[in-house]
Amino acid sequence: MADSEQREGMHYLESLPRRWVTLYIPLLLFLFFLLFPFYWMGLTAFKPNAELLSTEDNPFWVVAPTLEHFKKLFIDTSYPSWMWNTIIISVVSTFLSLAASVFAAYAIERLRFKGSHQIGLAIFLAYLVPPSILFIPLATMIFHLGIFDTRWALILTYPTFLIPFCTWLLMGYFRSIPFELEECALIDGATRWQILTRIVLPLAVPGLISAGIFAFTLSWNEFIYALTFVSASENKTVPVGVITELVEGDVYHWGSLMAGALVGSLPVAIMYSFFVEYYVAGMTGAVKE
Amino acid sequence: MASVNLKKVRKTFGRTEVVHGVDIDIEDGEFVVLVGPSGCGKSTLLRMIAGLEEITSGEIHIGDLLVNTVAPKQRDIAMVFQNYALYPHMTVFENMAFSMKLAGRGKREQRERVDEAARILGLEGYLDRYPRQLSGGQRQRVAMGRAIVRDPQVFLFDEPLSNLDAKLRVQMRTEIRELHQRLKTTSIYVTHDQIEAMTMADKIVVMNGGHVEQIGSPLELYDFPANLFVAGFIGSPAMNFLEGTLVTTSTGRGVRIAPDCVVSIESQQPDGHQVVLGVRPEHLVIKESHTDAGMANDTAGIEAEVIVTEPTGADTQVFCRVAGKELVAISRQRHLFSPGTRIRLEAQARHTCLFDSDTGQRL
Amino acid sequence: MNGRSLGGWLDNRNVLGMLFMLPGAAILVVFLTYPLGLGVWLGFTDAKVGRGGEWIGIENYQWLWDDSVFRLSIFNTFLYTVVASVIKFGLGLWLALLLNRHLPFKSFLRAIVLLPFIVPTVLSAIAFWWIYDAQFSVVSWTLVKLGLIDEYINFLGEPNLARASTIAANVWRGVPFVAICLLAGLQTISPTMYEAAAIDGATPWQQFRNVTLPMLSPIIAVVMTFSVLFTFTDFQLIWVLTRGGPINATHLMATLSFQRAIPGGALGEGAAIATAMIPFLLAAILFSYFGLQRRRWQQGGRDN
Repeated sequence: MADSEQREGMHYLESLPRRWVTLYIPLLLFLFFLLFPFYWMGLTAFKPNAELLSTEDNPFWVVAPTLEHFKKLFIDTSYPSWMWNTIIISVVSTFLSLAASVFAAYAIERLRFKGSHQIGLAIFLAYLVPPSILFIPLATMIFHLGIFDTRWALILTYPTFLIPFCTWLLMGYFRSIPFELEECALIDGATRWQILTRIVLPLAVPGLISAGIFAFTLSWNEFIYALTFVSASENKTVPVGVITELVEGDVYHWGSLMAGALVGSLPVAIMYSFFVEYYVAGMTGAVKE
Repeated sequence: MASVNLKKVRKTFGRTEVVHGVDIDIEDGEFVVLVGPSGCGKSTLLRMIAGLEEITSGEIHIGDLLVNTVAPKQRDIAMVFQNYALYPHMTVFENMAFSMKLAGRGKREQRERVDEAARILGLEGYLDRYPRQLSGGQRQRVAMGRAIVRDPQVFLFDEPLSNLDAKLRVQMRTEIRELHQRLKTTSIYVTHDQIEAMTMADKIVVMNGGHVEQIGSPLELYDFPANLFVAGFIGSPAMNFLEGTLVTTSTGRGVRIAPDCVVSIESQQPDGHQVVLGVRPEHLVIKESHTDAGMANDTAGIEAEVIVTEPTGADTQVFCRVAGKELVAISRQRHLFSPGTRIRLEAQARHTCLFDSDTGQRL
Repeated sequence: MNGRSLGGWLDNRNVLGMLFMLPGAAILVVFLTYPLGLGVWLGFTDAKVGRGGEWIGIENYQWLWDDSVFRLSIFNTFLYTVVASVIKFGLGLWLALLLNRHLPFKSFLRAIVLLPFIVPTVLSAIAFWWIYDAQFSVVSWTLVKLGLIDEYINFLGEPNLARASTIAANVWRGVPFVAICLLAGLQTISPTMYEAAAIDGATPWQQFRNVTLPMLSPIIAVVMTFSVLFTFTDFQLIWVLTRGGPINATHLMATLSFQRAIPGGALGEGAAIATAMIPFLLAAILFSYFGLQRRRWQQGGRDN
């Protein structure tokens, strides 16, 4: 909108009952559908086993909340070390990918070297290669490299989906920085390196945050590589640990499972709540080309 | 300060040649304006002088230095961009001091020179602000301040006023001109606006299609355009053009623009030559309307039919039709002709220009 | 002028470009391009876990062609992808349109809606697993109390119910992604377009049909391509909820490939299944790529 005059639009034409039927009620149903599993997860995590296995009581509430499941989770299982692994692997692979992506995106978008257009396209295609067709050959490679069952196995493989994503996203951000700024800096006496560190990077900070947050969540949520490349209990990540170690035969420790799911979701959820705008910008930016 | 010399400068992008061997000599301290329609190669030329584009062939000298392969930062130039290119994440002070900081100059020197530039431009109170907190005119001044601070040999301006509104544009035009008179730094200014060129330049270079059409002072270009393009480009409203044939009549030489209409002119060219007659609107004098008496001399005027009259206050522009062509005349008198009125126009022979209709060159 | 010094050499865009590309390109070539090729090659070998493979030509594919489980997994994958994508698109578009209306707490709602997408899939799948539990399902409990059914539903125990249940969980996770991306697209449509349409006498449906959909179609194409690709190659949800069961009714190509290769140890066969997914993925990408080309004019996009 070019002018700054305020506008409210044509909402005055809509009656309140109509708004309820066409807007509020569908929206509430959506919210219920989307949020109920979280409620259920949280509720179950605090429910004592007796209530969990009762078919008579009202299942939608908890009468005597307990921390028993959390205690079991943190004391009887390797949950703390899964958590620690996930944090280390996510942080390291995110920073590694971000660093490589900044250079790659700047080179493709701004240096415009010979073939940069094709490389940009290749990066996009790399972004579309799903882990589920790579995990088998990667597993054999990991084995040959002797890093099977170590954190390195994941730190080195997560960038295969993080770098294409971050590069693609950052290319969009770099594109939005006017060329003249770089030319002006060139005349002001800056080298290419100084242009990158003093002009482009400070201006791309929102993009870096978006890419970083998104990459961190992607690493945190990764499953198939972590399931395939790691086998010792103390080396597992949270998603793999919870699903493989908390299920013993047919005995499901529902309370602990839910507690594990809840605690494992919290870091990304908290991070997300602080950076919602960046996260959404990252997600939509990557889709919008 | 330095002179700038361009010798046979060419630029090709892939297979398309956008600058075709341009020669321009700019003297030390001159304010030169490159003007032309969009896509004429003027910005490319400026960017080659700045070192932002490679020179395909030819030579550019700044002072005594051949700069063809010299990086922008070593050319000792400053440039003001169309969108100002202010670093959004730096304050006004940091923007202006950035080049000195990169060069490793001391804090005190940075402070002194930025303060000096800010004083000249009236930006003293704004040094701690960010570009987004400034108005368009202030941003423009910061961009100039950034150039001044460097005390370069040459200032380059790339359409610096085109993002401002009309009123501010006129004001900044004067300010840039004043600044030049004060600093006397060689300046090269690119614009598509011929009024900016006329009002600001010591010397104008008119470009079209990658060629230089004419180089000269503003009034030289206005009074003695070298060809049809320059004649039509410089001046607003544009010069009127009438096609015709050179003839000699009882009253002297003239151009027959219609079977029954001859405009008298002064020329040594032979009769029968196909020409284009150029007359500026202010040199078309509106005579009494043809119903008046005393209109006996048929050849003294051009009969015209009024299409529309536009009073601007200071003068009146009368658009009319002659022999199927539209003409405009400017008069200081407040005429109010209704459409269809028949009037007579007289072209002042001393001020007309004749162009060869084949080559477009002035005769 | 000190000629072509090191600094000058580094300012050359081709040299510097290659240098800047190096770290990222090295990682991608070693851990993405090479394994991609290796995977295709493994598909033509009889590699087992702990033993290098011998080239056996298309034997794996011949064997798979006759394998009813593999055929079923292809059918399941298509069913899962098509049904889930269609529902995700419908619900996602609807939710996006709702969120694009004049609403209080708009940005808060948008943040909440995206939660299912950001939480680790495996962990939310565990919640669904519990919701779908044969004995303690809260859905069954509610339906029984409401008197709608007599006995608990065996959500994950019966082939078609299991398919529907996994699709529902996938939709739950995917709708927010589609909705938020489409919402971003909706927000780029200038309100003046609707104002012009309203003054031209268009009803809300006509506005949706003639303004919203055409303007949104480029982003719909991209979002749905992503959605289809991710659904087609899904692994986590199925692995947690059913591990492919009951009687392979929910086995997708990805889960079957994992099961044969890792617990089963038949790396070559697993790689062959994974490789078999590539043509379908390529088809989906090409389809959307050409769809986008055709639609570019609608956004007045520049051609590059």
